[in-house]
Amino acid sequence: MSKGQSGLGKSTLVNTLFKSQVSRKASSWNREEKIPKTVEIKAIGHVIEEGGVKMKLTVIDTPGFGDQINNENCWEPIEKYINEQYEKFLKEEVNIARKKRIPDTRVHCCLYFISPTGHSLRPLDLEFMKHLSKVVNIIPVIAKADTMTLEEKSEFKQRVRKELEVNGIEFYPQKEFDEDLEDKTENDKIRQESMPFAVVGSDKEYQVNGKRVLGRKTPWGIIEVENLSHCEFALLRDFVIRTHLQDLKEVTHNIHYETYRAKRLNDNGGLPPGEGLLGTVLPPVPATPCPTAE
Amino acid sequence: MSKQQPTQFINPETPGYVGFANLPNQVHRKSVKKGFEFTLMVVGESGLGKSTLINSLFLTDLYPERVIPGAAEKIERTVQIEASTVEIEERGVKLRLTVVDTPGYGDAINCRDCFKTIISYIDEQFERYLHDESGLNRRHIVDNRVHCCFYFISPFGHGLKPLDVAFMKAIHNKVNIVPVIAKADTLTLKERERLKKRILDEIEEHSIKIYHLPDAESDEDEDFKEQTRLLKASIPFSVVGSNQLIEAKGKKVRGRLYPWGVVEVENPEHNDFLKLRTMLITHMQDLQEVTQDLHYENFRSERLKRGGRKVENEDMNKDQILLEKEAELRRMQEMIARMQAQMQLQMQGGDSDGGAHGHHV
Repeated sequence: MSKGQSGLGKSTLVNTLFKSQVSRKASSWNREEKIPKTVEIKAIGHVIEEGGVKMKLTVIDTPGFGDQINNENCWEPIEKYINEQYEKFLKEEVNIARKKRIPDTRVHCCLYFISPTGHSLRPLDLEFMKHLSKVVNIIPVIAKADTMTLEEKSEFKQRVRKELEVNGIEFYPQKEFDEDLEDKTENDKIRQESMPFAVVGSDKEYQVNGKRVLGRKTPWGIIEVENLSHCEFALLRDFVIRTHLQDLKEVTHNIHYETYRAKRLNDNGGLPPGEGLLGTVLPPVPATPCPTAE
Repeated sequence: MSKQQPTQFINPETPGYVGFANLPNQVHRKSVKKGFEFTLMVVGESGLGKSTLINSLFLTDLYPERVIPGAAEKIERTVQIEASTVEIEERGVKLRLTVVDTPGYGDAINCRDCFKTIISYIDEQFERYLHDESGLNRRHIVDNRVHCCFYFISPFGHGLKPLDVAFMKAIHNKVNIVPVIAKADTLTLKERERLKKRILDEIEEHSIKIYHLPDAESDEDEDFKEQTRLLKASIPFSVVGSNQLIEAKGKKVRGRLYPWGVVEVENPEHNDFLKLRTMLITHMQDLQEVTQDLHYENFRSERLKRGGRKVENEDMNKDQILLEKEAELRRMQEMIARMQAQMQLQMQGGDSDGGAHGHHV
């Protein structure tokens, strides 16, 4: 899921990440459509393949987030959507005749795009991440990083990291879920040095030093997307796709989903209304809550 | 700033010469001695490079001890108005420049009340000027009216945001708006053109009145006409600000150093900084005139229509207050008299009560 104000390059970045046009670029919509009045949720599914491995990728975009004059509670539609996916999965899971592979529409990862002001996070960013870091894996990303020089970039990153820490916002990879020492050291390094990744996205190719590279051409030079000295796109890509993709799914399933499930079972005093385990029908509100599975 | 060369002092004995051709020189000399004042307001979201741009434009450091608040603090903050004044001098010409900054604009999650503070500031300056102008001693009127407002548009969006539109519509009848695209080094040339066009379309769509450069007079030289045409075609200006000196191609230029190249602030191919500066300098006078003749007059007529006697009101007010106080006194005296009469009646009616009370006044 990609979140952030319009114009931060979300669609371009997602396209660059998966090297295919998986996201309908905003430029096609901005000519006729206006900024939507409420936050919309647009989910587009694709099947992509590499080396014989097929992946069904769903990109969920949220145009309209943070664009209005009054942005109070603009994260609510998003929280609702995420919870709806958990609910769908839960219903399937407690079904008597369960499918062998439950279709998984849960959100495994939320890329939150931070505007590169160079100063600090915006109040809206803080509020959003506070609410949503408990329900989904959030990976903060600094958008359009070609607007900052190297010093500005590292200062900004430090400040953002500190603000997130001070406000108790745990972004992915969360410290509490590190399984062993090896994970911890690897993740610590990522958490304290690289994140949030400062990225630049582009789907245009240019010729640089004899090679064709993805980049942005400006009068003062060409910004290469995959060049580590220019921006951290390659780090983000490796992190999300090459090393932590499975982990993202696991954390979503084992932690966020279980938290949701436990809460649901506790609230309802039982399973989703009307359902039953092994043919027995449980009363809607039993005297003691069901033991939570953890 | 002034393009005319001071003309030679011609011998007044020359036949047919009266001498008032020397007037511009006199005006020039007096203006230079008096100095110029200009108030510039900058409005835009945090982090768009407003302060950097102002420092770059006037080659000064207007904010030496700046503390940038974190996001959590910004949640509680409302829009502030900070005015800083500098006196700068160039070749004997003094400029008293006031920059009005608006930190906190656009920061809140709910920006509905963002611009109230700004609008009331602008109105206050007009009000003060109106008051001074209508006062008895008009010798030293200080003109703190806002002559120009640079509105910073974020280059990260796809055009104007709802907040931009709402704000500009709220102030376009009060102040000259010059829209500026900030941090222009984030855009490629094509993106820049597209964004400029998009902004101009949206400005027209919402009938926002931005400041229009006056066309060059027909008697100006070709260069000036061409320059004016170029300036007009580049609105809104997309600018990059910086006061850091970077070494580029053998010489030191002001710019920003990236791993992929150097963005030069004063290079017209990189951004419109020079155009913005030219516009501001050559049209400073016009900006002040439009403020005086259009915006201020609008304000004044609205105000006078509404307030009626507001102009000579101070003395009137005092008289009025006196009158009111007298009326009140009278009313109170009547009331006391009535109470006395009542008590009298009671007394007479209730003798058996041992009415040994005396009257109390």
